[in-house]
Amino acid sequence: MSAITRDEVAHLARLSRLALADDELDHFAAQLDQIVGAVARVAEVAADDIPPSSHALPLTNVFRPDDVRPGLSPEGALSGAPAVEDDRFRVPRILGEEE
Amino acid sequence: MSLIRKTAAELGALVASREVTAVEVAQAHLDRIAEVDGQVNAFLHVDAESALAQARAVDERLAGGETLGPLAGVPVAHKDVFTTTGMPTTAGSKILEGWRPPYDATVTRRLREAGLVILGKTNLDEFAMGSSTENSAYGPTRNPWDLDRIPGGSSGGSSAAVSAYEAPLSTGTDTGGSIRQPAAVTGIVGMKPTYGGSSRYGLIAFASSLDTPGPFARNVLDAALLHEAFSGHDPLDSTSIDAPVPPVVEAARQADVAGMRVGVVKEFGGEGYQPGVLARFQEAVDLLESLGAKVVEVSCPTFSYALPAYYLIAPSECSSNLARFDAMRYGLRVGDDGTRSAEEVMALTRAAGFGPEVKRRIMLGTYALSSGYYDAYYGQAQKVRTLIMRDFEAAFQQVDVLVSPTTPTTAFPIGERADDPMAMYLADLCTIPTNLAGNAAISVPCGLADEDGLPVGLQVMAPVLADDRCYRVGAAVEKAYESRWGGPLLSRAPAL
Repeated sequence: MSAITRDEVAHLARLSRLALADDELDHFAAQLDQIVGAVARVAEVAADDIPPSSHALPLTNVFRPDDVRPGLSPEGALSGAPAVEDDRFRVPRILGEEE
Repeated sequence: MSLIRKTAAELGALVASREVTAVEVAQAHLDRIAEVDGQVNAFLHVDAESALAQARAVDERLAGGETLGPLAGVPVAHKDVFTTTGMPTTAGSKILEGWRPPYDATVTRRLREAGLVILGKTNLDEFAMGSSTENSAYGPTRNPWDLDRIPGGSSGGSSAAVSAYEAPLSTGTDTGGSIRQPAAVTGIVGMKPTYGGSSRYGLIAFASSLDTPGPFARNVLDAALLHEAFSGHDPLDSTSIDAPVPPVVEAARQADVAGMRVGVVKEFGGEGYQPGVLARFQEAVDLLESLGAKVVEVSCPTFSYALPAYYLIAPSECSSNLARFDAMRYGLRVGDDGTRSAEEVMALTRAAGFGPEVKRRIMLGTYALSSGYYDAYYGQAQKVRTLIMRDFEAAFQQVDVLVSPTTPTTAFPIGERADDPMAMYLADLCTIPTNLAGNAAISVPCGLADEDGLPVGLQVMAPVLADDRCYRVGAAVEKAYESRWGGPLLSRAPAL
């Protein structure tokens, strides 16, 4: 059974903010289906009573002293921006016409 | 002997004693890059002017009577995934083409503070995702042993630069094997430190719970010197370990395995492994025994599930980390014609700026984290991760280090696995468990495979914060082999 259909890839691409072309959808559907089939092997491991590890180190709530130190200058922060206006990032419209 | 053939330790000593200037050392390497990098394509960016200025500064400080560290004036090639002020940082991606970061990564800063001379930035698989450097948006890097073959990946530019004598040292990052595998297939030394032993600040994130900066060099002592130079606690990285750097340089000088307990992991080997790789590995095990190590077989049953667990965990973290490439604050922006919304511009930019492997991994991670699939995929993979850690813990009750081949095969031809993701992923079969558990591992050369005459790597794995054991065993193996071979393995590579 195919786990990942073309429609599913289109959905994943939307969630991932990737405007994929039609031929990419077909190509990725076949590959992702194969990969998901292979990684699904993790289900073979009996692990019901095993705690998950998100990380290799047992670290929680790491803080450093709240000292004031220099950050990026406005010029530095904006130096790689695709568009700048009045010392701010200029971005495409975020709200729709009717909002 | 020409300067480019010398070790980093030798170059540092020559510069410190002012027998040779750092400028001469830098110039010799810049000349070598100009001569061979057209064939190898190890570098994405070379800044001769800046390198010479850095070298001149070292010479001036020495002339002023200052005492500098052991690597002052030694050139280094820096993986293009660490931010660098004054130099572009692309992560091998079109989405960051031409980007000049406003700050230095901690690793970059420490290289500069140690007086290392940064020659330029090295090629990599896009966002460090891959095992061949073919996923770079700027063309593949070639293996100096055979220009039609891959130099490994993702840090393939760094492995090629060092094995082609373009630099004595380079930096890499290892998320699933991206230092050890390229080192193995180019016949050099590569080390993945304990996770948290080297800082991720300013390292462009792929999978934050796995990414680990580490060194490449042509011998074990040089790797230890570079490891020591850029590692250690960093308050700017919340997962950095607040502990001293393990005594790696001392261990590399010690080079003695007498009385050490060495475990051979039973689960590595068999189907999918090249016979020439297994033959060289068995010889290395016999060598360790002849050097006085006590060798036993160890079982780590969950290691067979490390690869699937990794290809759920790493893409999940990648899908989240790469969300920052949104076309708003830096990098590429496509399709902003005044009519499109921010979301449309974002999707068009990411489709144009990311290559196929990055897109695959973002979507795979998005899938594994989706409601309804989370428990079966990401959640289950995290449980497997716990079991892999337990396998290591149990093994290290019995032995001091574990050994395996670094890679199942030698360097494969460019193009062979480029559009076959599952085949590509197998290159990291032996290196991935260490990333999931966060412990330390090194790859050192152990000979050439009979079938193709290409380098084979021996992997030595040690417990968390016992990085020194990797260097101790690696240096002992290196010393024995060099006396057997009459020099380093790399001296047998064909001339470029």
